[in-house]
Amino acid sequence: MTDIPAANPDVGEVVLAARNVAKSYGQIHALKGVNFDIHRGQVTTLFGENGAGKSTLMKILSGVIRPTSGEIILDGQPVAFNTSTEARDRGISIIHQELSLAPNLSVRDNIFMGREIKGPMGVDFAEEERQVRKLLEELEEDIDPLTPVEELRLGQQQIVEIARALSVDSRILIMDEPTSALSATEVEVLFKVIRDLTSKGVSIVYISHHLEEALQITNHAVVLRDGAMTAYAPRSEIDLEWIVRNMVGENYDLGSPPGGYDFGPVALSLREVTVADPKGGDYNVVDKLSLDVRAGEVVCIYGLMGAGRTELMETVAGRLRATTGEVVLEGKEVSHLSIAQRIARGLALVPEDRQRDGLVQTMTVGQNLSLASIASFTKGLFTQKKAEQDLIDRTIKEVTVKTSGGAAAIGSLSGGNQQKVVIGKMLATRPKVILLDEPSRGIDIGAKAEVFRLLAEGAKRGLAVVYSTSEVGECLSIAHRIIVMHKGHISAEFDSTVTKEQIMAASGESVAA
Amino acid sequence: MSDTSLTRSAAKGSAQSFSLGRLLLEGRAFFALIAIIAVFSYLSPNYLTVSNLLIMASHVAIYGILAIGMLLVILNGGIDLSVGSVLALCGVLAGALMQGVELPVFGVILFPPVWAVVVLTCAAGALVGALNGALIAWFKVPAFVATLGVMYVARGVALLQTNGLTYNNLHGRPELGNTGFDWLGFNRLAGVPISVLVLATIAILTGLMLSRSSFGRWLYASGGNERAADLSGVPVKRVKITVYTLSGILAAVAGLVLSSQLTSAGPTAGTTYELTAIAAVVIGGAALTGGRGTVRGTMLGAFVIGFLSDGLVIIGVSSYWQTVFTGAVIVLAVLMNSIQYGKGGRKS
Repeated sequence: MTDIPAANPDVGEVVLAARNVAKSYGQIHALKGVNFDIHRGQVTTLFGENGAGKSTLMKILSGVIRPTSGEIILDGQPVAFNTSTEARDRGISIIHQELSLAPNLSVRDNIFMGREIKGPMGVDFAEEERQVRKLLEELEEDIDPLTPVEELRLGQQQIVEIARALSVDSRILIMDEPTSALSATEVEVLFKVIRDLTSKGVSIVYISHHLEEALQITNHAVVLRDGAMTAYAPRSEIDLEWIVRNMVGENYDLGSPPGGYDFGPVALSLREVTVADPKGGDYNVVDKLSLDVRAGEVVCIYGLMGAGRTELMETVAGRLRATTGEVVLEGKEVSHLSIAQRIARGLALVPEDRQRDGLVQTMTVGQNLSLASIASFTKGLFTQKKAEQDLIDRTIKEVTVKTSGGAAAIGSLSGGNQQKVVIGKMLATRPKVILLDEPSRGIDIGAKAEVFRLLAEGAKRGLAVVYSTSEVGECLSIAHRIIVMHKGHISAEFDSTVTKEQIMAASGESVAA
Repeated sequence: MSDTSLTRSAAKGSAQSFSLGRLLLEGRAFFALIAIIAVFSYLSPNYLTVSNLLIMASHVAIYGILAIGMLLVILNGGIDLSVGSVLALCGVLAGALMQGVELPVFGVILFPPVWAVVVLTCAAGALVGALNGALIAWFKVPAFVATLGVMYVARGVALLQTNGLTYNNLHGRPELGNTGFDWLGFNRLAGVPISVLVLATIAILTGLMLSRSSFGRWLYASGGNERAADLSGVPVKRVKITVYTLSGILAAVAGLVLSSQLTSAGPTAGTTYELTAIAAVVIGGAALTGGRGTVRGTMLGAFVIGFLSDGLVIIGVSSYWQTVFTGAVIVLAVLMNSIQYGKGGRKS
């Protein structure tokens, strides 16, 4: 498991290279001119935080999207893929981070989706099934090829996704977070398969948040930060500390914990909260979790994808029901209350996915801002225009939304400003406790800093703030206390003097578990 | 910094696109109505007279009332296919109540006064609507399927009630104190048919509710993004049940107006009216995905359909052609909706 790959990795011939590749979406620069090489029969790992541009780069290499500028060079020849099918025909295939399987179809049909084996009598299902069995055997996974994918657990679905990519016989295989739902044994099997492939001359591009895990398999490391490449080195020259330093950067300042005041009484108290898997699995996504947050305190919850952070927050806010346990707000039990009642008592949630859960795209900026506080400007039957306008203007100023006014369309704002609208909407309800699920997701560094400044100011006024993040740099910004969640439990608790390495170690970011 | 320039360029973009094309697109239902009136006035001297306009308006009233209910449902992102059947069921119920309710236990026949008939009929409509809402909000049945089922059930119950026959005597008798049902369909106030006044009242009340009440805001929000509305404390299930209930009540009102106009209540009345109501809402610019639409637009849509089909009758075009024309107008309207919402609406 721990053997280090070939000592002198730079000898491999370059099969695929990116030259000055850039990608912009309007004003947003997702990639700012990236160069790197992929060597034959070796593993190249891309490191970087959320939004650093890893997935964008992989989508460009696999033909899903086209770069704004720059070149892709395959076997020494510049190429331009228009579709992912073109890239697949040239031997490049990708395992996407989000599973792209049709849940209603069987494992066999998913693996051969879009390139069915034709026989004289239509699709040759027997041949397909034979090949699928062989693939799954290689992956040491005991799945019947005729099982519908929706009946598999998440990890098995990921195996199917991997099997699909392997079935193409590609020369270059891109794996975007292939292990996020796999167990430690499954990861070992995957690594064995990867070593098999590389010995046959297949090149692998690997992306993972599990840094230590990736270090075990990789030959080269490429680090991206904010759309630019910050470092590139062979495995023999790097270690965990090097990766973290290059990923996070030295001057990564998101403020410091607000000080100079005493915390108030306990505002939010969770007592042995347990939540069953909302998707119907037979495990608990949050498992007997207890936590006290005091007025004026900022608590950060760090954890990997699937650690149960989102479920915990949605349970506290009232969207999910806890199977057991209590949510206590300012000494009063609120577990039985609806979302609206909890908001009225001063408990607000800023959800993780602002497009899906935060904003109403058909409404204006102002209507979005006032949505959670309609009652405060309704008298009798009708809403009061002036009172609403005052609330909107005040909130726009408070959270510094850059907009032409409350009547602007919500879609005209940048990601960071949209996020401020979602936060402003909940702050306008005058909460006592605010929960923010990944408040910095998909916004640029400047907007991040402003969001954290807002939260720090709120805390000074006595607001209890709980935010979650999957970026370790953000734990060490304004939080007084850092909670690390792993598989529904609190696996560690630190004060603000902790180091990034300690946090990462506690989150289960290694296969040693 | 990039934020301000983005906003500025967006503002500039919208200023540039404010052109004649945009004006025509946004006011398309209005311009279509003007065009219809102009063309038919040219073709027939009788078209643009006060009396004809009022007669046509009283025809529009039925569709218009249904369309307002449909608008509420569509704003919520749903659909109500049952309104035509509920209209018939409620009409038949009103007819039956006018004939008297026999209570064999007491050996008497009750003749409820007309106001009681109206209240009971509306209550029946509300009940069916609430059933739709409960199926959709609590039991998560897709709106299309739930209301399709209720459409059949309501039609069947209406047929069962009269055994397929029609109540022809809705006048009531003075000695029983239940006269006055004809008032709704035939009388006029200051020259305007009562049915048109009913439509206008409902339209104004609904318009106020949508633009000024908190319920209106809840409806737009939950139709635009139900998950976001839910997390903002909007009672999304209550909103859903309420809109289907209101749609049921309005179908009952339309049923009363129609049977009063026809002076008969038959179980096959209002067949396919739900589709006309949907067409009116769509022509009025509402998005079938929810969250967009206004009462004003829906009213224009209802008048476009009504004035078009009546105009074709007046100039003597075959009723087969009327169907073709109406269909073409609907397709054109949906096409324009996708032009209007397709570009700005889908942002990732």
